[in-house]
Amino acid sequence: MKPTDVKDPDYFHKVVDCQWACPAHTPVPEYIRLIAQGKFTEAYLVNRRSNVFPGILGRVCDRPCEPACRRGRVEEEPVAICRLKRVAADHRDEVAHLIPQKPETLNGKKIALIGAGPASLTVANDLAPLGYECTVFEAMHRPGGLMISNIPSFRLPEEVLDEEIEYITNMGVEIKLNHRIESLQSLLGEGYDAVFVGTGAPKGKDLWIEGREEAAANIHIGIEWLENVAFEHTKKIGEKVLIIGVGNTAMDCCRSSLRLGAADVKVMARKPREFFKASPWELEDAEEENVEILVNHSPKRFVVENGKLTGMEFELMEYELDERGRITETRVAGSKIIPCDDVILAIGQENAFPWIERDIGIEFDKWGVPVVDETTHESTLNGVFFGGDSAFGPKNIIWAVEHGHQAAISIHKHCQGLEVSDRMPRGVNLASAKMGVNEWMYSNTFDGSLRREMPLVELKERLSDRKKEVETGFTDAQIVTEVQRCLNCDVQTVFEAPLCKECDACIDICPVDCLSIVPVAEESVLRQSLKVPAQNLDQAVYVSEALPDTGRVMVKDEDLCLHCGLCAERCPTSAWDMQDAYIFIPHVTEEAEGVAAE
Amino acid sequence: MTSMPKPKLDKHLPRNKLGLTIRNYEGVMSTLCAGCGHDSVTASLVQAFWELGLAPESAAKVSGIGCSSKTTAYFMGQSHGINTVHGRMPSVATGANAVNGDLHYIGISGDGDSLSIGFGQFAHAIRRNLNMLYVIENNGVYGLTKGQFSASADVGSTTKKGIANEQTPIDPCVQALTLGAGFVARGFSGDKAQLVPLIKAALMHKGFALIDVISPCVTFNDHKGSTKSYAHTYKYYHPLIHTDFVAEADAIIGEHDEDGALEVTLHDGGQLKFKQTDAGYDPRDKAQAVETLMTPSSNGEIRTGLLYLNEDSPDMHGSNQLPARPLNQFAHEELCPGSAGLEKLLRRYG
Repeated sequence: MKPTDVKDPDYFHKVVDCQWACPAHTPVPEYIRLIAQGKFTEAYLVNRRSNVFPGILGRVCDRPCEPACRRGRVEEEPVAICRLKRVAADHRDEVAHLIPQKPETLNGKKIALIGAGPASLTVANDLAPLGYECTVFEAMHRPGGLMISNIPSFRLPEEVLDEEIEYITNMGVEIKLNHRIESLQSLLGEGYDAVFVGTGAPKGKDLWIEGREEAAANIHIGIEWLENVAFEHTKKIGEKVLIIGVGNTAMDCCRSSLRLGAADVKVMARKPREFFKASPWELEDAEEENVEILVNHSPKRFVVENGKLTGMEFELMEYELDERGRITETRVAGSKIIPCDDVILAIGQENAFPWIERDIGIEFDKWGVPVVDETTHESTLNGVFFGGDSAFGPKNIIWAVEHGHQAAISIHKHCQGLEVSDRMPRGVNLASAKMGVNEWMYSNTFDGSLRREMPLVELKERLSDRKKEVETGFTDAQIVTEVQRCLNCDVQTVFEAPLCKECDACIDICPVDCLSIVPVAEESVLRQSLKVPAQNLDQAVYVSEALPDTGRVMVKDEDLCLHCGLCAERCPTSAWDMQDAYIFIPHVTEEAEGVAAE
Repeated sequence: MTSMPKPKLDKHLPRNKLGLTIRNYEGVMSTLCAGCGHDSVTASLVQAFWELGLAPESAAKVSGIGCSSKTTAYFMGQSHGINTVHGRMPSVATGANAVNGDLHYIGISGDGDSLSIGFGQFAHAIRRNLNMLYVIENNGVYGLTKGQFSASADVGSTTKKGIANEQTPIDPCVQALTLGAGFVARGFSGDKAQLVPLIKAALMHKGFALIDVISPCVTFNDHKGSTKSYAHTYKYYHPLIHTDFVAEADAIIGEHDEDGALEVTLHDGGQLKFKQTDAGYDPRDKAQAVETLMTPSSNGEIRTGLLYLNEDSPDMHGSNQLPARPLNQFAHEELCPGSAGLEKLLRRYG
């Protein structure tokens, strides 16, 4: 195995599991440290640079960072990263003057953005301060896209949403509401220098089984129904409600039903729980509100009596699983009718581009999804870019934000006559975190506290008001504890082989036994030769240059490292050092200024 | 030392036959210098005890004075122990062993504690064949008093300021061989692959087991002129023989080692398998062991490994017919002869 190149920007980036898992590469440990110091505004701004909507995402992010969090490998539960993001947003001071502003002069380039969701808003957020004139076209009467229409107010209050959108409109971004684009061709004729499509995946899937047409009045498409609830076109629902599907939209539907008068809400899942698409915490939140989730029920027909929906018949499924948990056999063991007044279908959503003419040069694949370059987000028509759910199908807000950042870079390059695919590389800057003998610029003590639980509004109170936010945010005491659970994975262990005496001091003190000195070998052999074999192949092993006295190598399994710095404290020659690794992720500002990593 | 103790995390660690992880065998935070060889010896003791699956409370740790003698606090916090007077550890160990032979006695000493002030004590513990593991953490200097030469410093080895030692060194292994020890080994704190099996073998040997461990003093004796530095030891390190300890439960039937492999069954359980790295070295041959250690190597080799093993000589309990049952398990009536018994006893001296 060759020595590890710590100058490779990806190497230490991967060690910061949360940041690597975040589509927008939010520097999580950095903002958690700022919160620990009471610097909420700074923490908010660090977040905002990466993910643009810290207040929103601090409540409703899909949190790919949390399953990735190293803490979850060291003990049971990851750091409550998302909750801490909300802490930064809730406790920040006025930030309006600290956010990039509208420039004094525009650069003369006009950008049209279709759909006022997170993707378009991010593009506008990135381009407007550089002098681009951004116009967002929105079909609805309020901006936000699915953040306003699909995410219920009891999870995301409208004020939070409005405030963070306002930061962007204050940059001189114009949002034309109630302005549905009916033809891309005619928009292209209006003289924009570039067009960004961020129209989401607005079409909810239907379920065409027996009785669908007769019972149409009481069958609702999930995302349409949520939109009608949000805009108060729908104000009530029947007493008994069945939700078909078990994704996050289904969770929003069942919880919204409870607030619109339903008393008995069941979520019907076709498969066992381990196949559920909903995030575990959204399932928990729904079950906490006494929503029943029934597994192994596959829809067969809608039961209609006298022209009215009275129930639904399900096939009762049985599955055989292999040891890897995959379904090998499916059987129908019977059927059952479950009475209901209303059914909400939450079985997925699709892209729909009826407003894009098929002969203007935008290629679509066989599923009706446009062909979009994964790096540049450019379609097959020069100057037309896609992002968010409209680019590669339904994902989530944080992905839409990252698409927005990348599309903004492309639009800038396109407008400046530069090669769109020529992107500034990422970088890494390493700086020693040593302040003195056994003193570091971060709190390296390991805190064994367990994850804090989010306080919730009492059940009766929350069901009586659809807009009452359920989660009240961490208390001061919870913040103080939770920030210390972060392991500071961005403070890296960096090794200088020529200084090593091979005294074993670091190996002996390591609380997770991740260090070894062994003869060099190929990776598969080397991983097995360590003090505790490195079994997690998703995590890198750090291999040093040959050591001076024996020619062996120092190896570190990155998997469980606590970043506690005990190896560096115990090292007599400072061969191990703790170094703050700043991962440089270029946005369009840096591209425009030509500022790369040091 | 470090700013905080090692966090007690063990989710990732395997458990031994008692269901314990290696964390259960660790002690309090070390206050030795960062990089001290003694901390690696401590880690080796922890590893060996965990691997043997011995209960931490079945050990009694005894030590004298010195950097080495501090280390008994750093392993097996759940065991018995006494930190005694300088050089007097062997006497206290003898007394403790006499009244309770059930415990595993681990004496930790240094080159100062054993080869100067405690030299006589060291010699007589060997003569008594006290059933104990006796570790000398040998660094050639007095670390606690700022780096004066100890009795194990080699001729020509220098202090940090460049002054050479002129007095001949005492080799504890040669002394032990001539005094009749049945288990004599030399190890190096930087080679746990060798040291851990040696410790396990020594714990399972019935009788006095000496392991002289070269354990560099990172602060006062780890410089270019030193013959007990990490760099010097790595450079001239020469294992004569490699020892593997095989616990009884792990002995695999039908597996034969390469030709000429030596095997010795230990008195208190387990088996040793030797792999000769130096052709013809037989650890059962005392004369060869003495000759090897007394003949200076032409290229400065530091010979290590299990240098001599004799399982056949009776330990102190055996030769003095001491009770097998620990005194603390006797009832008061059994221990106390009563007034009449005392009278009778005294008349023998009348």
